[in-house]
Amino acid sequence: MNVFLWNIILALAWALLTGHFTVNNFTAGFVLGYLVLWVVLSGEAKSSYFKKISLVIRFAFFYIWNLILASLKIAYDVITPRHRMKSGVIAIPLDAKSDLEITVLANLITITPGTLSLDVSTDRRVLYIHAMYIDDKEELIQEIKTELEKRVLEMLR
Amino acid sequence: MIEIIVTILLISGAAFMLLAAIGITRMPDLFTRMQAATKAAALGASFIFCAVAFFFSELGVTTRAAATIIFIFLTAPVAAHMLGRAAYLLGVPKWEGTVTDELRDRYNLEKGTLSSKSIDSIKKIPVYKQP
Repeated sequence: MNVFLWNIILALAWALLTGHFTVNNFTAGFVLGYLVLWVVLSGEAKSSYFKKISLVIRFAFFYIWNLILASLKIAYDVITPRHRMKSGVIAIPLDAKSDLEITVLANLITITPGTLSLDVSTDRRVLYIHAMYIDDKEELIQEIKTELEKRVLEMLR
Repeated sequence: MIEIIVTILLISGAAFMLLAAIGITRMPDLFTRMQAATKAAALGASFIFCAVAFFFSELGVTTRAAATIIFIFLTAPVAAHMLGRAAYLLGVPKWEGTVTDELRDRYNLEKGTLSSKSIDSIKKIPVYKQP
């Protein structure tokens, strides 16, 4: 997190010194700052920061792509006359422990079209979600756990 | 080039908003309606903000558009989550095509707790292992 702040400061300094305060210039400054930090830093701070940045970028692309795919699936169901969905409430066992991890996971599940998180059990072991397409319950749980929860935990821990 | 991107973003944003509106009328029960309303509308709004950011391509406009998108995606799920939970607790009728309801009889309204007991899938081995 500290290194990320340094990266932002370097990008700001670049934008101020070159005098063009535009998005492209700021991005260029960020990339240059990233390269500078890559050269300067060493040890643990370096490996964790650069690993996390790449994880976050990959997750963002993966998530946006999933978002669009799921939206199109629901859009098809909305437009065509028959409902193909099988809705219901299912329980997902949680590996996430802290408040932050559970909040992020629940919000990401809610933003994904087709799933909506309803509640967390008092002992925080289970997340109850409402899903629209329960063709195979085990498969859906496995999908959320491996594709969403695993990546979230990798990014936050 | 930039006009083409802006056009595509605007049209798809508007299309998602329209789908959300149709979804609200077409879906059979409250939960599925909310699925259509919150997500498609949030997605549509952010597509339109992306189009705005691309069209002006100034730092001031882009940061404000990005901030708006971030806040939409921070607040929309919380609202949907609270509405869904309240609806479930009040016993809003579900669609007849509902296949499973694992939340039934798990609330203890007197104590205000929600149990996680006797769910078979909980015994599974955790997927994530700390490196």
